[in-house]
Amino acid sequence: MSSDYEISDDDENYYVDDEDSDMIDGTQDEDDEDDIDMDTFGDDFKVSPKSKRKSYEIDHQSLSQTAVEELMQSDIEHICGIFGVEASTAALLLRHLSWNKERLIEKYMDNPTKVLVSAGVTVEEPPAQSAPIRSSSSTTSKRTTRSTKLLGLASGSGSKSPKAPSPPLKALKPSKSLPFICPICYDDSADLRPLALDCEHQFCSGCWTAYASSKINDEAEHTIRCMAESCALIAPDIFVNNLLVPGPGAPIGDPAEEAENAATWARFQELLVRHFVASNPNLKYCPYPSCTNTVSCPGAASKSSLITVVPTVSCGARGIGGTGQMSQSQQLGAGLAGKEHKFCFGCAIESDHRPVVCAVAKMWLKKCRDDSETANWIKSNTKECPQCQSTIEKNGGCNHMTCKKCKNDFCWVCMEHGTAWYSCNRYDEKSGADARDSQSKSRASLERYLHYYNRWANHEQSAKLSVELYAKTEKKMEDMQVTSALTWIEVQFMKKAVEEVDKCRTTLKWTYAMAYYLAKGNEKELFEDNQRDLEKAVEDLSELLESPIEPENIPTLRQKVTDKTVYVQKRNEIMLEDTATGFSDSRWKWNIDVDGFDAPEKLEN
Amino acid sequence: MSTNCKRRLIRDFKRLSTDPPGGISGSPCPDNIMLWNAVIFGPADTPFEDGTFKLLLTFDDSYPNKPPTVKFLSRMFHPNVYANGELCLDILQNRWSPTYDVAAILTSIQSLLHDPNPNSPANAEAAQLYRENMKEYVRRVKATVEESWLDPEDNIEEDEVAEAEGDGEAEMGQRMDETPNAH
Repeated sequence: MSSDYEISDDDENYYVDDEDSDMIDGTQDEDDEDDIDMDTFGDDFKVSPKSKRKSYEIDHQSLSQTAVEELMQSDIEHICGIFGVEASTAALLLRHLSWNKERLIEKYMDNPTKVLVSAGVTVEEPPAQSAPIRSSSSTTSKRTTRSTKLLGLASGSGSKSPKAPSPPLKALKPSKSLPFICPICYDDSADLRPLALDCEHQFCSGCWTAYASSKINDEAEHTIRCMAESCALIAPDIFVNNLLVPGPGAPIGDPAEEAENAATWARFQELLVRHFVASNPNLKYCPYPSCTNTVSCPGAASKSSLITVVPTVSCGARGIGGTGQMSQSQQLGAGLAGKEHKFCFGCAIESDHRPVVCAVAKMWLKKCRDDSETANWIKSNTKECPQCQSTIEKNGGCNHMTCKKCKNDFCWVCMEHGTAWYSCNRYDEKSGADARDSQSKSRASLERYLHYYNRWANHEQSAKLSVELYAKTEKKMEDMQVTSALTWIEVQFMKKAVEEVDKCRTTLKWTYAMAYYLAKGNEKELFEDNQRDLEKAVEDLSELLESPIEPENIPTLRQKVTDKTVYVQKRNEIMLEDTATGFSDSRWKWNIDVDGFDAPEKLEN
Repeated sequence: MSTNCKRRLIRDFKRLSTDPPGGISGSPCPDNIMLWNAVIFGPADTPFEDGTFKLLLTFDDSYPNKPPTVKFLSRMFHPNVYANGELCLDILQNRWSPTYDVAAILTSIQSLLHDPNPNSPANAEAAQLYRENMKEYVRRVKATVEESWLDPEDNIEEDEVAEAEGDGEAEMGQRMDETPNAH
């Protein structure tokens, strides 16, 4: 902490010094313990090195959908190994208990039939039959009855089921004598393919497919129950797969329909992954549109950890609809449209809200959205007529007011005497004084809020305009390549600077939310010093970027921008670093009750 | 899919006319099989007894994978029926199963009349009276029973007129005046 403060003391010198090329070294000398990756500017082009974690960063890992599926698979195999059941069954059991393996094992050991029935794996058997279930042999016998049966009747395509080892044929017998009529579409054509789960409620494959598709696509549901009324059996994945993905040798269907079914199957798998991710506190799905990555961040899984860390994570993908990592040159060329998918692991804010913790960030956003401030404005800018209580805004003129509604005369200053307004001498009378007191109080509170809000909104606005700045900068970079001898890679410093400015504006934005809630004191003053230094640096760099380019000045400009970028980056790191250590040392005190923190000491305000 | 839907509806109609469950009747419009008119007779031993409540069922091609839209045409006073006649019934929303047919839907609604669920009220007043003032609840329901005896044609027309003109109250007054004639 002390070293941070020293730096802010020295900043002014760096600013007056135009040749601040030695700034980096100077800073390094003062606190070289957290400067590992600051040695050369060239390094900054790389994605921030993962080897050393800073105190404001959190360990996290990006997982693709396939990687999450592998995690699911290993859980399923674990359960298969313990219970000796099929993978489909294990998957249904795990989903039933929200992937809580310990609870599943406990419950299953206690009463396997009950768990199997409530998970929709088996139908409830009459009590007489369920008696000998505890012997190990019954587990294996159950295994065969539970396997998915694809009952091929007329077409005989039941052999399609890859894993069903000749299921008991009792379901086939009654229907052999009678032609099959699907109880849903009432079709009785000979080429119908009746299918049923273990409950033996038969429906034609067309109805099954239509039903499953509507559940998956329209209702985003991964639990496909048997269609029969009040039947609780759930279709295992392999059954759904058979409905949607035609096996080899199946009759060739309509290609459009097949593509649709394949998309439905993909959606089904995505829904399973989403359910798994939602059930696991260590995982969170990337909130960016059409991104299917997942982030694993065990460090922020518990609510209590959110008091000390701000778990900003990135899923590794960039841009909209982008999948996977881009190469370095792609990243540089992607512009702001190819922004990293950064989001907060701990709350629903879909952006980086460092340095402020989730609870405070949420409170601030709520305050900004609430119209409580409208009420505050009304309080500060209007008064009520003492007679009819109409709300009046004074927008000019003298202090003698006449209420438009009730024609009451009163004085705007003391709210009391009527027609004798010009002799407003009862200035300190009790009731008038009270009214003024409460009014000035609410005005002060509104002014305080607006001070922070305006600065917050300003940075947000600037961040929005950064798209424009980006386009302008790109244009400038092209010009530079034409007018000077600089190569493409040599003009990238501009882009780097814009990126840095954008990043710092996000930090700055949230520092105002934080400052609004920070309790008065030395800690807050230090915080605001850091904030001021960062803001000044960012504004300087912004100005440099906006300045016109003259060919003869390009080398100096490049030098200046490069230096400033490094400086700004450094200041941003200090800001984030200091706030983060502040949270882990619980140094910050709030002026309001914040979830999870100690209640504020009552101050005079 | 649409042929499936129509075949199924014809089958539903056949079943409803050959083996009708007690207290309900229904049939598709002569010119549109996707639009059904139905009548539910108020179940005995309930305040709804003797009422003849008209409903309109609107099917689309997704039937039977999706439930139809069901709406009361007769004015209802029931905790789970909205003022516009739409109703709040689990099997018509999230608990729908493609095996339900028109007969099953109508029977469920009939039993809903008998056994309302005041905990998810669509008509707050009715739910409150049902819980706290049974006598007044019965009185209000009986009023709708008498209204339901009006000629269905008139009733539908009036409802449609009322809806079209957005002038339900005037219509309602007129209907109340006519009620004695219906006796």
